[in-house]
Amino acid sequence: MFGLKSDWSLDTNDRYFTLDDYAGAEPRWCTGCGDLGILATIHRVCREAQILPEKIVSVSGIGCSSRLPHYMHTYGFHGLHGRALPVACGVKSRRPDLDVWVATGDGDCFSIGAAHWVHALRYNMDMTILVFDNGIYGLTKKQTSPTTPEEYQTNTHPGGAILPPLNPLTVSLGVTNVSFVAQMVDWNPPLLYETIKAAHDHKGTSFVRIIQRCPVYMEQMNLDMMDDPANLLLLKHENGILVPEGVDRLFENQIEHDPMNLANAMAVAADESKMPVGLLYRNPDALCYDELSNAGLDMIDEEKLAGVNDALDSFTI
Amino acid sequence: MNDIAVQQVFSDDDELQARDSAESIREHIVEIVSDSGEGAQKCGQTFGIVGARMGNGVWTVEIIPAEIQPPARTPDGASGIRIRLGEELMTNMGNEANLVVAFNEQVLRARIASGAYNSKTIVLLDNMWASDESEDIRTEYSEALAEFTDYGLEVHELPIQEECLKIVPDPRKGKNMFVLGMLSHIYSRDADKALDEITKIFARKSEKIISTNHELFKAGYLFAKENIEHHFEIVGKAQTDKSMVVMSGNQAVGLGVMASGMEIVAMYPITPATSASHYLADDFHRVGGFVHQAEDEIAAIGFAIGASYAGKTACTITSGPGIALKTEMISLAAMAEIPLVIVNVQRGGPSTGLPTKVEQGDLLATLFGAPGDSPKVILAAATISDCFHFVALSRKLAESFRIPVILLTDANLATGVQPFERPDVTCDWFSAPVDQSSWDESVLAYDWDEETGLSARPIPGMRNGEYVLTGLAHNRNAKIAYDTTSNQEGCDMRSRKLAALGRTLNVPEIHGDPEGDLLVVGWGSTLGTIEEATDVARENGHKVSSLHLRFLSPMEPGLEEIFKRFKKVMTIEINYSDDPKAPLITDENRRYAQLAQVLRAHTLVDIDCWSVVSGHPLQPGNISRVIIDHVTEIEGGK
Ligand code: SF4
Repeated sequence: MFGLKSDWSLDTNDRYFTLDDYAGAEPRWCTGCGDLGILATIHRVCREAQILPEKIVSVSGIGCSSRLPHYMHTYGFHGLHGRALPVACGVKSRRPDLDVWVATGDGDCFSIGAAHWVHALRYNMDMTILVFDNGIYGLTKKQTSPTTPEEYQTNTHPGGAILPPLNPLTVSLGVTNVSFVAQMVDWNPPLLYETIKAAHDHKGTSFVRIIQRCPVYMEQMNLDMMDDPANLLLLKHENGILVPEGVDRLFENQIEHDPMNLANAMAVAADESKMPVGLLYRNPDALCYDELSNAGLDMIDEEKLAGVNDALDSFTI
Repeated sequence: MNDIAVQQVFSDDDELQARDSAESIREHIVEIVSDSGEGAQKCGQTFGIVGARMGNGVWTVEIIPAEIQPPARTPDGASGIRIRLGEELMTNMGNEANLVVAFNEQVLRARIASGAYNSKTIVLLDNMWASDESEDIRTEYSEALAEFTDYGLEVHELPIQEECLKIVPDPRKGKNMFVLGMLSHIYSRDADKALDEITKIFARKSEKIISTNHELFKAGYLFAKENIEHHFEIVGKAQTDKSMVVMSGNQAVGLGVMASGMEIVAMYPITPATSASHYLADDFHRVGGFVHQAEDEIAAIGFAIGASYAGKTACTITSGPGIALKTEMISLAAMAEIPLVIVNVQRGGPSTGLPTKVEQGDLLATLFGAPGDSPKVILAAATISDCFHFVALSRKLAESFRIPVILLTDANLATGVQPFERPDVTCDWFSAPVDQSSWDESVLAYDWDEETGLSARPIPGMRNGEYVLTGLAHNRNAKIAYDTTSNQEGCDMRSRKLAALGRTLNVPEIHGDPEGDLLVVGWGSTLGTIEEATDVARENGHKVSSLHLRFLSPMEPGLEEIFKRFKKVMTIEINYSDDPKAPLITDENRRYAQLAQVLRAHTLVDIDCWSVVSGHPLQPGNISRVIIDHVTEIEGGK
C-alpha cells in the first residue's frame, strides 16, 4: 500500500485548474433555477483558490440542491435525505487535508436534518455549508417546507401554509460555538461570490443560507424580493463580506454591522421586516472539533502496537 | 497495609490447614446481591479474577437492576453478580446458585422469583435489618426469613454490618471487601492474590484507602474461618502456561477495535452497548483513536460512513433500537459499497423492550431490515474471545469486500467476564495507510469483477479517481442510472460478493457425533450452554449433537448435508417463536424462531425450534431438559 505523499505543493505548481476542471456532469436543474448560479459561483471560488480537485469532497443529502456533487468534477457523496452533515463531519474527522463542502436545502437541512444542523454548527468542523433555500420542496413537487411563507399554497397545504416560517438565522446564531453565519441571494453574482469565498476561507463551519429562486414551485416569494430590493438589507463592515464596487448601489437599505457582535447579529436576524444579506456573525476563535478528532493521526504502527499491548497488559492475569 | 500482619494472618501453615479441612468440589455458583451502589459487582469481579489466576474456569455475569436508582431494599433493586467457578473451563452462567451472599433480604426475593436458587442454596445474609430502628423493616425481615425457610433455603444470618463497623464508619463502602474476604476463606482462595487485586482496584486512591480495604478483606477472611462451617476447595485445572486476559465482552469489543487499526468509533449512548465505548473513551488514545459521541444513532453511523468513505474504515456500536434507526444508513453502505463495521449488542425487544436483558432478537432485522436487497456480512460472536477477534475480522472483511459488516453480540456477552488466551496482535492487524497514489483513470469506480462482484475503491485524495458516490441506482461508472439493466447488474454484483465470501468459509464442526437422532443448532452467546446441555443428554445415552453458527450472512456451507444426517434438527434461541401447543397455532401458521426461519428457507429441511424471551440467559439445566424431551419424542417414534 502507499502512504500519504508528504508534499502536495510540488504537484500544485505543475497544475493549473480552469473552471472546466471543477465542472462535472451537465446540470439537470430547471431553466431559471437559482441553483445554476450557485454552482457556477462555487466553480469560480475553487478556481480562484486553485484547490486540487481530488482534495475536494462535496457532500449532499436529497433534494434539488443535493444534486450538486454530480455537477462537480471532484469527489462527491450524494447520500441520504437530511444526513449530509454527519457524513461530512465523518469525512473531516480523520482527513484534515480534504476540503469539505456541503450542499443542502431547506427541507434537507431545516426539517429532516434539523438535529444534525444544530449539532454540526456546534462541532464547528472546518467545512462550508451552503443551504439552497427556495422555501419549498422542489424535487417531490411543491410541499410545504419549514421556510415556506405563511399562506403560500402548496400541495400539502392547498389552503395555504398554516405555520409562520422558521427563521434559520436566529436558530443558527443560537447554537453555542457557531462560528460563521451569512445570508445571501442567488441573483447577485458578485456578492454571492464574495460570500462563498469568505465562507470557504473561514476556518470552522461556515453556514450560508442562500435565498434561491425556484421559478417552478416558488415563483412568488423570490420574484417579489428581486423586483423590490427594498425588501433586502445589506450588512456592511470592514470585517464583513467584501461589497464589490458598484454593488452597494443596488441596495437602498444598508447598515454597518460588526460580525463579531453576536447580540446585534441576533437582532438583525430576528427583524423579519427585511431580509439581511451579508455576514451576520463570525468568530474565528471558536473551538474546532476536528482538531480533537484528528488527534493521534500521526501515530505509526509500532506505537499503536505498543498501545494495544499496554491495554492488553491491564487485562492480563 | 503492613506486610507482617498479612503474613501473620495468612501464613503458609494456616493456608495448608484451611485446605485440609475443605470439602473438594468440581464447581460452584456464587452470587452476591445487594442494593445498587454497594459494590457487590466489584467484589464478584475480583473473586472471579482471583479464580482465573488460580487456574479455575470462571464465568461472571452481572445482575443489573433496570433502574438507575431503584428504591433501597426492594426486589426490583436487586443488583449484584454471579460467578460460576469450576475446575475446568466455564462457558456459561450455569443453573441455580450454590451459595449467595445477600446484603439485605428483599433483593433475595427477586432472585428467588427469577429461579436463581433452589432448596439447597446456602444463603449468607447480613442480619443488620433484624435490629433496624424501623419496625416495618424488622417485620419485613422476619417475614422474608420465614418465606426463605419455607422455600428450603439454608439461611445463615451473619453480623456483616456489625463486623465492618469495627473498621469503617460507613460499611456501604467497604462491606464488599469484607465479603470478598469471607468468600476467599470459604473457597480456599489464595489470599495474597486477592490482596494484590484489591491493591490494583484502588491503585489510583490513597495508601489509606488501600490499607483499609486490605483490613476489611482480612477481617472477612478471619470471620468466615471462625464462624462459617462451609469450606470448599475447587482446584484450578484450567491452568495453562499461556498468558491469559480476563475481560467482559464489551471490553473485548473495544480492545478488538483498537487491535483492528480502526481509528473512529461513532456512537450514541444505548444500553447494553455503551460500556464498549466507555472502555474506548479511556483507552482509545493509546492507538491514536477517537470516540465520537454523536447527536443521535443516525448521525453516529453517518459519521462512521463519512470516515470510511474518506479511507478510514470506522465502527459504530449500538443495540437493537439503534439498529432500527440506522437501517437506512446501513442500506446506503450496502448500496454504495462503503466498508463499515457495525456492532450490535442485542438486548430484549420489541421496541424499547428489556434494555439490560439478553435476547437474540435482531437476526432477521439485520439480515432483512432495509429497503430492497441490501446484502451485508453478518457475524455472531459466541464467546468473549470472539468479541475481540471478530471485530478485527470484521474490519478486514469490510475492506476486502467493500461491504458493511454487522457483528452481533448480546447483553449476556456484554457483561459476562471470562478469561481467554491473550491475543498476539501484530502490525499487520492494522489497516494499511490511506492509499493516496494516482488512480488509473481507465478503471471505473465500481469496476465489478463478474465472478466475485469485487472492485477496487477510489479514495478521496487520489488523483484521477474523482467519482460521486450515490445511494441512487448507479452503474459501474457511479453514474445515476434509471435504465432497465443497471439496477439489476448492481444488485447482482453486490449479492455476488456474499457468494464469493461464502466460498472461503469452512463447513462448521459438529459438537458430538456427526450423525444421530437430534441436532441442536445455535448461534451467539448460547454456545457454552447448548454444548453443556448436549453433553448432559449424551451422558444420558441420547444421540444428540450440536452445531453453532458464527457466520449468518453468508451462511456457512454444507448445512443441508449435515442436517440430513440427523432424524431431526432444531434450533435453540433466545428470541420469539410460537409455542406449537399454543391456542390457534398449527404447523401452517406457526412463527418460528429467527435462525430456524432462515435455515428452513436456506436448506428446505423441516427444522423445529425452541426459544424463549424471558430476558435471562439460557441455563444448561433447562436446556438439557428441552433437548431430552425432544429427543425422547424421536426415540419414541422409532
Ligand atoms: S424545482 Fe425549483 S429548485 Fe428544483 S430544479 Fe426546478 S427550479 Fe430549481
